[in-house]
Amino acid sequence: MILVVLENQRGNIHAFSQEAVAAGQQLSTKLGLDLCILCLGENASALKEQASNYKVKNLILAQNDLIGSYSADGYSKALDQVISELSPKYVLMGHSYMVRDFLPRVSAKSDVPFISDIISVTYHDNVPIFARQVFNAKIATNVQADSNNNTILLSFQSAAFSSDDIEAGSPENQIDFSLNLDTSDIRSESEPEFQESASSVDLTTAELIVSVGRGIDSQDNLPMIEALASAMGAEIASSRPVVDMGWLPPYRQVGSSGQVVSPKLYLSVGISGAIQHVVGMKGSKNIMAINKDEEAPIFEIADYAVIGDLMEIVPKLTEEIQKNK
Amino acid sequence: MKIAVLTKAIPSYESSIRIDSSEKWIDESIVNFVVNESDSYALEEALQIKEQLNDDSEVVVVIMGSESNTSKVLKDGLAKGADRGIFIKNDTSETDPLSIAKIFSEQLKEESFDLILSGLQSDDLGSGQTGVLIGELLNMSTATLGIETKMEDGKIKVKRELESGWFQWVTLPFPASVSIQSGINEPRYPSLKGIMGAKRKEVKLVDAQSVSDSKQEFIKLFLPKTEKVTEKIEGTVDDIVSRMIDILKNNLKVI
Ligand SMILES: Cc1cc2nc3c(=O)[nH]c(=O)nc-3n(C[C@H](O)[C@H](O)[C@H](O)COP(=O)(O)OP(=O)(O)OC[C@H]3O[C@@H](n4cnc5c(N)ncnc54)[C@H](O)[C@@H]3O)c2cc1C
Ligand SMILES: Nc1ncnc2c1ncn2[C@@H]1O[C@H](COP(=O)(O)O)[C@@H](O)[C@H]1O
Repeated sequence: MILVVLENQRGNIHAFSQEAVAAGQQLSTKLGLDLCILCLGENASALKEQASNYKVKNLILAQNDLIGSYSADGYSKALDQVISELSPKYVLMGHSYMVRDFLPRVSAKSDVPFISDIISVTYHDNVPIFARQVFNAKIATNVQADSNNNTILLSFQSAAFSSDDIEAGSPENQIDFSLNLDTSDIRSESEPEFQESASSVDLTTAELIVSVGRGIDSQDNLPMIEALASAMGAEIASSRPVVDMGWLPPYRQVGSSGQVVSPKLYLSVGISGAIQHVVGMKGSKNIMAINKDEEAPIFEIADYAVIGDLMEIVPKLTEEIQKNK
Repeated sequence: MKIAVLTKAIPSYESSIRIDSSEKWIDESIVNFVVNESDSYALEEALQIKEQLNDDSEVVVVIMGSESNTSKVLKDGLAKGADRGIFIKNDTSETDPLSIAKIFSEQLKEESFDLILSGLQSDDLGSGQTGVLIGELLNMSTATLGIETKMEDGKIKVKRELESGWFQWVTLPFPASVSIQSGINEPRYPSLKGIMGAKRKEVKLVDAQSVSDSKQEFIKLFLPKTEKVTEKIEGTVDDIVSRMIDILKNNLKVI
């Protein structure tokens, strides 16, 4: 049996969970295993309602007051109980922040492997092989888990599967799973989620973006980037380390923990192209990237791969753009 | 309070990464090892917690790997102000997160740390699991993606980064294992005095007890495939810039 666990995202099935459903349907077909969907904890009844038009064998609801809101202790304990009762071969989720927070606990509790952040699945003699990115996305690797183990936990990187591929249908059975949780199981206390003050620059509507990464090496080189952006009439954006180091304010950050942008041109300067950055800009109409490393992962998604030293290219480019005005 | 900080030595961003002949790992001989990014923020957080508590608290850097890969990172941690180190010698490139966490737990359980800080993700393996796994194995409370911490009423409060600009405070009882997100603080540089003093600090050397039942393994490393048709632009700076201008002007019509 294959078990996909749905995550709540502000009242709806999390986008990553929908992709996990698509992954689950594929594995189920290829391996001839039943597909079950588990609606767990936070907002589970509403998730179950929304999942009722997926083609799936069993739709399972596991609710309990103690996991009415998320906690790592509560969710890991609950999922551990489901796994020991149902012994699924694979448990699938999206590689969300919540999954990072609790799924490793399940792995340690149940002593089963957790292959995290999977980018693709291939099949060899009906054995699925999972690919992951390593070394900052410069290399990928095929991973195989011990087949003696009953259960293998999997989480999928965003866009590894597409929710457009979900096969519609209706569940054959709807099942209530009763959880056995105790107040003492949950050690942490969570406060309500909140957002920080809204960003003062909306990069999502920008037509042209010049985005700068750690490759500029020093805050002293920022004026050079600002000159380029101003010559082009572009907004400045950046990768996370540039914000972490305090060179630019947080609202300039693009990526999974920043803004998601889709300008006509995204000119990336000294950015390696880690997935957490790429998810924020891969929807750009055109991507031009300057990087001195020919193998930088950013070039895999770039339309134009400029291989060279930004310190030399940027000032010259700015000068030429000004001449062309 | 006894605080452990896991700091991993990983290939620097500038290092070229080549798959070795086994196809299961990389050629480490051409790689320069540096501290994992989020781990340096974790170390700084531990040092700041100790400074705020201003009591007999202790910060211990813990590192696993081969001596040649890790020695600089370990020395650096001590030079920045950690009180002592634990070096878990392991010359194999273990890639299974659960086995790695079991090795750590085995070595750390006797120490009874109140707090274990780690980075949210290692930039080489990228599993994003070790801190949480150790927390479960040592029966500690856990939180991930910490972007601020506070000590309050004998507990630790952690501001967690959530998706798309949301945050949440969680309060954990000790012992706790917390993974730290980059940007939480401003990591210090070692002082000259720190560098001199580091030589006299205690480093406990232990051998990694191998965990026989590895749960998952790398079977073959490969180079990622390109999804798009990409035009390569290279040559002299003048060649490059004139081609870029041509594209910006004529293809994309943005200048
Ligand atoms: C949960 C989580 C959330 C994250 N969220 C985000 C996010 O929202 N946004 C984000 O950006 N990152 C995010 N990250 C971090 C991400 O994984 C990467 O660490 C980060 O994107 C790397 O930034 P970078 O490309 O600027 O730096 P690096 O990876 O260090 O790359 C620098 C690049 O500059 C190049 N370079 C250096 N010098 C020159 C030169 N002279 N000329 C040309 N090129 C040069 C190098 O070849 C290298 O490719 C997140 C990580 C995690 C785990
Ligand atoms: N070999 C190691 N030595 C020291 N710390 C480690 C090691 N492996 C993992 N860690 C810690 O665990 C965190 C998460 O690693 P990972 O689970 O591999 O993504 C890292 O950021 C480190 O803090």
